[in-house]
Amino acid sequence: MEKSIRKWFALFALPGMICFSVAFLIPFVWAFILSFCSFTTITNASFVGIENYIRAFTVDNYFTQAFWFTLAFTIVSVVLINIIAFTFALLLTKDVPGTNAFRTIIFMPNLIGGIVLGWIWNVIINGVLAQFGLNIMSDSKFGFWGLVVLMLWQNAGYMMVIYIAAIQNIPQDELEAASIDGASWWTTLTRIIIPSVMPSITICLFLTLTNGFKLYDQNLALTAGQPNHGTEMLAMNIFNTFYSRVGFEGVGQAKAVIFTIIVAAIALLQLFFTRKKEEAL
Amino acid sequence: MQVSRKYTRWIAFAVLVLVSAYVIFPILVVVMNSFKSRLFISNMPFSLPDSQTFVGLTNYTQGLMKTGFFSAFGYSLWITLASVFFILLCTSMLAWYITRVTGKATSTIYYLLTFSMIVPFQMVMFTMSKFANMIGIDNPVGIVLLYVGFGCGMATFMFAGFIKSIPLALEEAAMIDGANPPQVFFLVVMPMLKSTAITIAILETMWVWNDYLMPYLTIGTEYRTIPVAIQYLRGGYGAVDMGAMMAMLFLAMLPVIVFYLICQKYIIKGVLAGAVKG
Repeated sequence: MEKSIRKWFALFALPGMICFSVAFLIPFVWAFILSFCSFTTITNASFVGIENYIRAFTVDNYFTQAFWFTLAFTIVSVVLINIIAFTFALLLTKDVPGTNAFRTIIFMPNLIGGIVLGWIWNVIINGVLAQFGLNIMSDSKFGFWGLVVLMLWQNAGYMMVIYIAAIQNIPQDELEAASIDGASWWTTLTRIIIPSVMPSITICLFLTLTNGFKLYDQNLALTAGQPNHGTEMLAMNIFNTFYSRVGFEGVGQAKAVIFTIIVAAIALLQLFFTRKKEEAL
Repeated sequence: MQVSRKYTRWIAFAVLVLVSAYVIFPILVVVMNSFKSRLFISNMPFSLPDSQTFVGLTNYTQGLMKTGFFSAFGYSLWITLASVFFILLCTSMLAWYITRVTGKATSTIYYLLTFSMIVPFQMVMFTMSKFANMIGIDNPVGIVLLYVGFGCGMATFMFAGFIKSIPLALEEAAMIDGANPPQVFFLVVMPMLKSTAITIAILETMWVWNDYLMPYLTIGTEYRTIPVAIQYLRGGYGAVDMGAMMAMLFLAMLPVIVFYLICQKYIIKGVLAGAVKG
């Protein structure tokens, strides 16, 4: 059977592979090579070695600043989103009236696109700050916490849905046995619920981690990196390096490679953790 | 014990009511302000429109004119539908092929596709948009090809995961009855992929519909999708017309919310499956 299918490569695999090559493979290889070149369009490149990688850090300190901003933002939002989402999930699995309606409402913001989200919160945060004669551009800490609130609004419902599914999968008899033995809710939570939903916790941590690191649209619409690059995240710094100054395309591409390595490292870490979990089972 | 459990239920209920209010509040603010004069939005977005600030549908007419919202809606709709359709078609075939045909070539393809899932768009955005321009696919039809290529990774990965679990016997029986591979795929395999296809369709729809950077970089100067049109309102350095912005934000959210309320069961299921497998 395999032999007869093999002959049909042109029908089954070719259309997908052409699109994949045009959209990803060729641009990826090309981009990687260009990170070692100086260029303004993709055809007039000349080799410069690792100069772009050095210039990424030496031309200005915005890239490192963006890295620390992104890291701080990601850590704060990952922790808050997961704690809050997990708490909601516990509440929603407690046989509260209207569970389905609540789940529907809380999940909804996840479907709204980043640009729209960014502008919605831009208005609200500016409205609150206006009471004190300030706006979101006044200080980068407003942009920072604005982004955290926005991400919480967008992602908590999504993570909550994952946690709910995990909590509902816990065998009822385990929970009943615990309550017959007189276990307090804290013991039940730390000894039964959290250990059994651990795989979902890993998934949610990494989902929020990568989403946080790769954030762009929300960042653009909310503050566009203002004031003075103070709320610029990595993805935006890369975009601005490419497109706002001529002659820095190579530096932008080098930054993009570094960014890719960071994101890929997070993904590999996730793979490592999930593999380990599976072996432990 | 019984009493305290009753209390916790109502406390939980109260907390959830507050949380729902927090979720809905920003959307209400947008709706409310879309009827207010733009001069009264930035400083007092939380007050209801009154006789002094109410401007009727002015913001809507202004916004529709400035953004070309209807054509943006048309482009978004076409690009999303076409991309999702071709992603489903191309990747289901590809996934079946690389699962059923073993060997170095197909496993290399599989690893490359998986690898593409973790590469952020910023890595390829410059070369991809220039290359698209070089080969002349920087238009609303050509961009579909880019979406299929970039969405390939996750969709093929998920289809392949499911196809591996289908017993071979059905396909072999069809082969013995004289069916050729296309018949086997389209008549036997494809119908079984339905639930995975719905999951993938939902995830890809959410991605393509909301995507900003790819349409902005490849076709943005001539053809604007909804996210590009909204960001376009920001314009150069002048003040943003917040009235038109509110009206357009509401129009942009409306179809998404309606779509969500109609098929929320599938959406939540699809997103859940995507998170666990992706």
